[in-house]
Amino acid sequence: MVLTLTIWLSLAGAVVVAIAGRDRPAVARGLALATTIGGLVAVGIGMAQLGMPEGTVTLMRVPWVPSLGIDFHLAADGISMVLLLLTGIAAVAGVLFSWNVERRVNEFFALYLLLIGGVYGVFLSWDLFQFFAFYELAIIPKYFLIAIWGSTRREYGAMKLALYSFVGSAMVLVGMLAVYVVAGGSTFDLGRLAAVPFPEAFQVWTFPLIFVGFAILAGLWPFHTWAPTGHVAAPTAASMLLAGVVMKLGAYGALRVGLMVLPFGLKSWAPLIAVLAVAGVLYAALVALVQQDFKFVIGYSSVSHMGFVLLGLAAGNARGIGGAVLQMFSHGVIAGLLFGVVGRMVYDRTHTRELTVLEGLTLVRALPFAAATFILASAASMGLPGFSGFVAELQILIGAWQAFPVAAMAGGLGVLLSVAFTLRVLNRTFLSDPPAGDDPLDLLPPISLPEKAGAGFLLATSLIVGLYPRVLLEWIDAGLASPAFSGLRSTMGWP
Amino acid sequence: MNYLELARLAFAEILLVVAALLVLGVDLKFRATLDLPGRRFVAIWTGLAGCVIALGWLLMLEPDGDVVGGMFVSDALTRFVKVFVVGLTAGTLLMSAGIICTPHVGEYVAIVLLGAVGMMLVVSSGNVLMMFLSLELTSLSLYILTAFDKRNPQGSEAALKYFLFGGMSGAFLLFGLSLVYGVTGAIDFDSIAARLPGNGTSPLWLVGMVMLSVGLGFKVAAAPFHFWAPDAYQGAPTPAAGFIASGSKVAAFFILVKLTVAALGPGRGAAGWADFETGWVPLLAVLAVLSVVWGNLAALWQRNVKRLLAYSAVAHAGYTLIGVVATGPEGMSAVIFYAATYAWTILGAFGVVVFVERTTGGSDFEHFAGLVRRSPGAALCLGIFVLSLAGIPPLAGFFGKFYLFLAALRSDPADLGLLWLVALAATTTCVSFYYYLKLLKVVLVEEPAEGTPAWEGGGPEWVAILAAAALVTLLGCAPGLLLTPLQAALAAVGI
Repeated sequence: MVLTLTIWLSLAGAVVVAIAGRDRPAVARGLALATTIGGLVAVGIGMAQLGMPEGTVTLMRVPWVPSLGIDFHLAADGISMVLLLLTGIAAVAGVLFSWNVERRVNEFFALYLLLIGGVYGVFLSWDLFQFFAFYELAIIPKYFLIAIWGSTRREYGAMKLALYSFVGSAMVLVGMLAVYVVAGGSTFDLGRLAAVPFPEAFQVWTFPLIFVGFAILAGLWPFHTWAPTGHVAAPTAASMLLAGVVMKLGAYGALRVGLMVLPFGLKSWAPLIAVLAVAGVLYAALVALVQQDFKFVIGYSSVSHMGFVLLGLAAGNARGIGGAVLQMFSHGVIAGLLFGVVGRMVYDRTHTRELTVLEGLTLVRALPFAAATFILASAASMGLPGFSGFVAELQILIGAWQAFPVAAMAGGLGVLLSVAFTLRVLNRTFLSDPPAGDDPLDLLPPISLPEKAGAGFLLATSLIVGLYPRVLLEWIDAGLASPAFSGLRSTMGWP
Repeated sequence: MNYLELARLAFAEILLVVAALLVLGVDLKFRATLDLPGRRFVAIWTGLAGCVIALGWLLMLEPDGDVVGGMFVSDALTRFVKVFVVGLTAGTLLMSAGIICTPHVGEYVAIVLLGAVGMMLVVSSGNVLMMFLSLELTSLSLYILTAFDKRNPQGSEAALKYFLFGGMSGAFLLFGLSLVYGVTGAIDFDSIAARLPGNGTSPLWLVGMVMLSVGLGFKVAAAPFHFWAPDAYQGAPTPAAGFIASGSKVAAFFILVKLTVAALGPGRGAAGWADFETGWVPLLAVLAVLSVVWGNLAALWQRNVKRLLAYSAVAHAGYTLIGVVATGPEGMSAVIFYAATYAWTILGAFGVVVFVERTTGGSDFEHFAGLVRRSPGAALCLGIFVLSLAGIPPLAGFFGKFYLFLAALRSDPADLGLLWLVALAATTTCVSFYYYLKLLKVVLVEEPAEGTPAWEGGGPEWVAILAAAALVTLLGCAPGLLLTPLQAALAAVGI
């Protein structure tokens, strides 16, 4: 099956880039771009091949550790295909935005591709052990991408991110072992585990372990503090992936393992999760409103937007969860774009992210392309109709309204706040009044072709999904209608 | 008793003793005519030849049997473990190929081989008397190895400390075994198990169990009986430290788990959170808790890689003890899997330390700075070993830990009695990530210090390091390769 190629291609690409790209940066870049494009093409072909699957399609299944019931089981349904598509897009854009990495280029792209391979692996895993293995595999490259190529307080940011991730995965590990043993200790197959009627008391205590363990990586308030520091410290491509894809791993895990396997746990904890999600939306938006560092604004906005994903999951109905998945996709694209503008287009040229300094630089004249991109990306991020963010957040709010009206109202306030902080930062960077006197920044290097290509690619994606969301919503609905979610559907009382 | 039968069963051990004597003889012969590198070459390769022949005998020809009530047991399981012990010995010899700290290479190799014989006898004992004697043979060899670098005062101090603590713990062990004999009137494992029911809660028995825990806790370097380990690891010649950390651990853990499963089963008690019963299980559970907490916390402060590995070894002893606490075949299989893969990991790590010490003259963190710029191969291998110790997939340490935790939970599937222990251990692994990542940061992120001498890699050491790295990766990707024969061996001996 072509979809499985995504993993093998990325992992093999990592090895090849590390060896063939040694002391030959151009080769490393070219190979990395080719590998990520190959991955995206494989996702496209795979999606076309599978069509709109009813339920889960097994792509590959071989016994791995037979005595423990562990299989190497790759499978996809509508939800995972949407996220695979996001990974493919973000991976290509990330390579385009890191064309200017000059130091240890082959190692950079090798780690980058390793991370991408791990992410593809998570989205394709249908065996809990394997899911967890890929999930952990993705943590290590993140650490080194930030610690070696990062900027502000990179070692602190990298370590904080790694430790938060590991604490989360330790919680997940304990929870999943308990699930395995209570289910009879014979299988890690997600589909079969989802069919096991776990005792309600058991679900009540394991669900928080698994859900919170994963949601730490999705920026669940108050465990979100790794996200802004990590995003700020990371090099551009890594923050694009971090916000664009890695945070989605957490949300995906919470959905795939938490909600799907332990639906009663969701039912009993949903109000608390909704409260935390809304707190994250509002708190992060308020913090973003007062940041002085351009990248911190975007970092906190990521936490705020991911709060909507968690709110959608907490709503527990088809609208909410479908909207959450769509928001994962949409935010992945938009956050990638925003970080690309901040980290690559602006910071790599001006070497500052201080809003007070940027204000005086008349960036709109010095970097018109960056300004145009950022204005469009801000519009998408604010949830303006026509972009993907609008459809997704609307769906989530409708879903949340049915479950928790108060939370939905507070979430609506969050949308307003996100308009406020986005306009503020837009105003102070690209739309500031030119200072009196001459313009010292005419000599900024112009925006390069790879940057234009990456930005155009991401913007187009967001626009297409915004104007015609059905392309993705149909896949998501098909995924949610699969038999694996029948436990969730009956527990939460969907049709 | 038929001596011919004994010779047939113990032929692998005899081969190694002959090799040791041969090494001494050959070294004596060439003492005057050859220079030190030449003598070293002859001694190491003679010893290696002995190991290879013994390994061949074990794999191809060794018969099953049992001499006089468990005095010497040879079966599928002991063979399985002995293959590892001999392999680790060969690895140690390869790593010693460039050893410069002593002119007495013949004695050095002979004592390594005698230590290996001791470990093999430990593995083969099915009788507490034989167990004690062979443990002492092993320990005596290791004390001498620790002090082998006579110019290094740290080595002498460490050896003295190791010897005094070891003698004391030997006394505890013997006292404990005598109490076991007093209660049951038997010294072989099977008869002890048969006569134990009804006596399992007598005060005398419990005192015996405490004594045994002290004695065996020392051998496996479990807290609070670990004080010798950091000094011995740091003071001993590095390959010898690798041998202490690997081979002796495998043998000691094997006999510990065999003793508890085969002989002491009826008096085990329980350590579940809902049912705490006196016996050796709660005792070992306490040791496990102390080890994982103390080992991981103390490692945070270390600035010397060998000391760091020592404290991490204490923590790993704690993880392995969880498998012993799990009792039963599943726990035993998890303990053997973990000890065997851990031994190769730590031996490989010490192999890299050998290289670094040879080029930079020390094993503190700053000597490892920028290792990746100086020798990418060595840095990659060290990365594999350290990440495996940390438990990152797809390396053997990940599956090993996973399997230990799983065995602990499966020992009581109804109320997950050992969940507290697993949760605690999983929490402490998060602590351990900090110091493992810190070490890797030094290796991969930092730049080498000014004026570091040029890298002198190469030599037979690479064979051992690469073999270890390959094993650790292979057994992580395909744990079944080791698990299937291990479980077949366990089934063959009826456990």
